[in-house]
Amino acid sequence: MKRHLLSAADLTRDDAELVLTTAAELRSLADRPIKKLPALRGRTVVNLFFEDSTRTRISFEAAAKRLSADVINFAAKGSSLSKGESLKDTALTLEAMGADAVVIRHSASGAPHRLAHSGWVRSSVVNAGDGTHEHPTQALLDAFTLWRHLGDSKPGGLEGRRVAIVGDVLHSRVARSNALLLQTLGAEVTLVGPPTLLPVGVENWGAETSYDLDAVLPKVDAVMMLRVQRERMQGGFFPTPREYSRRYGLDGRRMATLQDHTIVMHPGPMVRGMEITADVADSSRSVIVEQVTNGVAVRMAVLYLLLGGSESESNE
Amino acid sequence: MTSTTYLLKNARILGGEPTDILIEGGVVAGIEPPGGLEARFARTSTSGGEGAEVIEADGLIALPGLVDLHTHLREPGREDAETVETGTRAAALGGFTAVHAMANTDPVADTAGVVEQVWRLGREAGYCDVYPIGAVTVGLKGERLAELGAMADSAARVRVFSDDGHCVSDPLLMRRALEYVKAFDGVVAQHAQDPRLTEGAQMNESELSGRLGLAGWPAVAEEAIIARDCLLTAHVGSRLHVCHVSTAGSVEIVRDAKRKGWNVTAEACPHHLLLTDELAATYDPIYKVNPPLRSAADVEALRAGLADGTIDIVATDHAPHPHEDKDCEWAAAAFGMLGLETALSIVQHTMVDTGLLDWAGVAERMSYAPARIGRVADHGQPIEVGAPANIVLHDPAATRTIDAAESASLSRNTPYAGMELPGRIEATFLRGRPTVLDGKLWGGTA
Repeated sequence: MKRHLLSAADLTRDDAELVLTTAAELRSLADRPIKKLPALRGRTVVNLFFEDSTRTRISFEAAAKRLSADVINFAAKGSSLSKGESLKDTALTLEAMGADAVVIRHSASGAPHRLAHSGWVRSSVVNAGDGTHEHPTQALLDAFTLWRHLGDSKPGGLEGRRVAIVGDVLHSRVARSNALLLQTLGAEVTLVGPPTLLPVGVENWGAETSYDLDAVLPKVDAVMMLRVQRERMQGGFFPTPREYSRRYGLDGRRMATLQDHTIVMHPGPMVRGMEITADVADSSRSVIVEQVTNGVAVRMAVLYLLLGGSESESNE
Repeated sequence: MTSTTYLLKNARILGGEPTDILIEGGVVAGIEPPGGLEARFARTSTSGGEGAEVIEADGLIALPGLVDLHTHLREPGREDAETVETGTRAAALGGFTAVHAMANTDPVADTAGVVEQVWRLGREAGYCDVYPIGAVTVGLKGERLAELGAMADSAARVRVFSDDGHCVSDPLLMRRALEYVKAFDGVVAQHAQDPRLTEGAQMNESELSGRLGLAGWPAVAEEAIIARDCLLTAHVGSRLHVCHVSTAGSVEIVRDAKRKGWNVTAEACPHHLLLTDELAATYDPIYKVNPPLRSAADVEALRAGLADGTIDIVATDHAPHPHEDKDCEWAAAAFGMLGLETALSIVQHTMVDTGLLDWAGVAERMSYAPARIGRVADHGQPIEVGAPANIVLHDPAATRTIDAAESASLSRNTPYAGMELPGRIEATFLRGRPTVLDGKLWGGTA
């Protein structure tokens, strides 16, 4: 693996499958009475969150602690966009504290890339979501979840599996990372949404695209619903939330058109009644809660692989 | 101001045959074949006296002093980024003898008082003539016309008006501005950017912007405004200048307007002739500029448009920014890049060395035409006997590696750092007085 995890495109198929198999081993730890491994004892992981995200932060925190790393949570209120401390100065502070890995969440696309490549820090940088760009560990945990359900937890298990990613692809870092990673793992991805929420040039992402959710649903092995953020509802991307739900929401009627083995996913937090109805979210097809559990295992695997092996200095 | 006499030996005017040029009393006093002027200076010496300072110009191209129609000097208001003095030093080093200073200062150059201040600062610095551009609307707010007539009548004699940085997007206001400037032969230089189509825009809208998650700045946002303004100009019979044309579609629209005989001129910036939006993949804001870097096809179209005259001029859009405004995440960074000291090298690299333009064409695009558009009488004249001695000596055979730290600008935001570019300015003469000699600054106001 490379020294940083900034984009799902940084991962080769071998890298990605190594994360998945490592996560599978680490996940079994969760069933033991003592959930802790000494793998990263003495290493420091900083959670640098410029954007509120309790879910992702505690997932990374739990992952690092289960590997015995020291964890520093650094909630930087506001970014240099709002004239707070600059990303650079924050990075220099962390460097001075001796961080081995910086897990960064930022509202600006590319902020983790800047952190990794501007010479501000020497530590490994893990992108925990940047603007409307990427969220590679979310894609890894989604792939891990798919792999357990559809791929028999074996390398190559997602080959030819069909996944629909539905909703606001334009603003979704989850969609970008998943489109990249799932295709790396051999799955066939279909991006579904209103034309206003599919990015310019999406036809060159290698994925199929569709404006018609009903036509796609019967063909897929998994449906990943994306959150529709409140500010988009005012942005004129679609006429009304109600119309959006009618055309692109997953409700009981649409769920009934899925194949028996098809699973339903959501990266959370959900807007129930908007992109997904409660009966679908709470149905037996839903693996939404399991995604959260898998998130810890996958992030343990990522931190372990980025930091655990780095003493051999053969990286990058 | 004392004026020394200079004899430029074996200079190639517009790339022609080696020629000796005599500069005396601030004007071109003689042009003769090599050796032809020696008789007038039997005692030529390099120490002054009654002789002429001799400048060996073998292999150097003599061009008329360059004129930039689009420079941000930042003074008043942002003297941490640039001042009139530092900006004009950079201009002189880039071969410019005149620059037009954009109005988006603080306070905005929307009154006679501010434009006269900038004009005076330019004269005091003495490296380069500074022609202030007046704001079209009060405070660049796009709400009501600034006192265009007062600026035109001021000592600064403003003829170019622009809200650059902002588009005069209100069609009625744009119409009125175009009409009003006819009274003093002014021109409205439009920053063509539909504001609604570019809300939050960060880079060229393309497949790459989608992948990078950076909000797109679509070509249509530029092209729609240019098309509208061409129609308005034709309708009211005025003069439109289009700033920093960046897309192939814009070139087509301007070409079509010219074919119809409408009074439209356009500029391209050096960076848009060389760099492409692929550079945004670095997320390094040194490449963040407005309008954004576009595709390779757009670059080709701009070069072709500049070659065939659709694009009348090269203008730098020299936009200095302090380090901290670029040393950050992309979205937080300021738009803009330096351009004065590298412009001629980029034009040589993209237009001359590619065979698209000869040196006469460079003189037209970087001196004669911008001076005509700006209605600047003392600049942009051919190098001939009797003309003001605004002359650049350029060594096309030299190469240099761009080092941001060497810039005369107060700012360091050049996108060309580390690049090897052809050509080097050896000397710049402003009305017969050197502002640059041996590639180095040579005094300001005498």
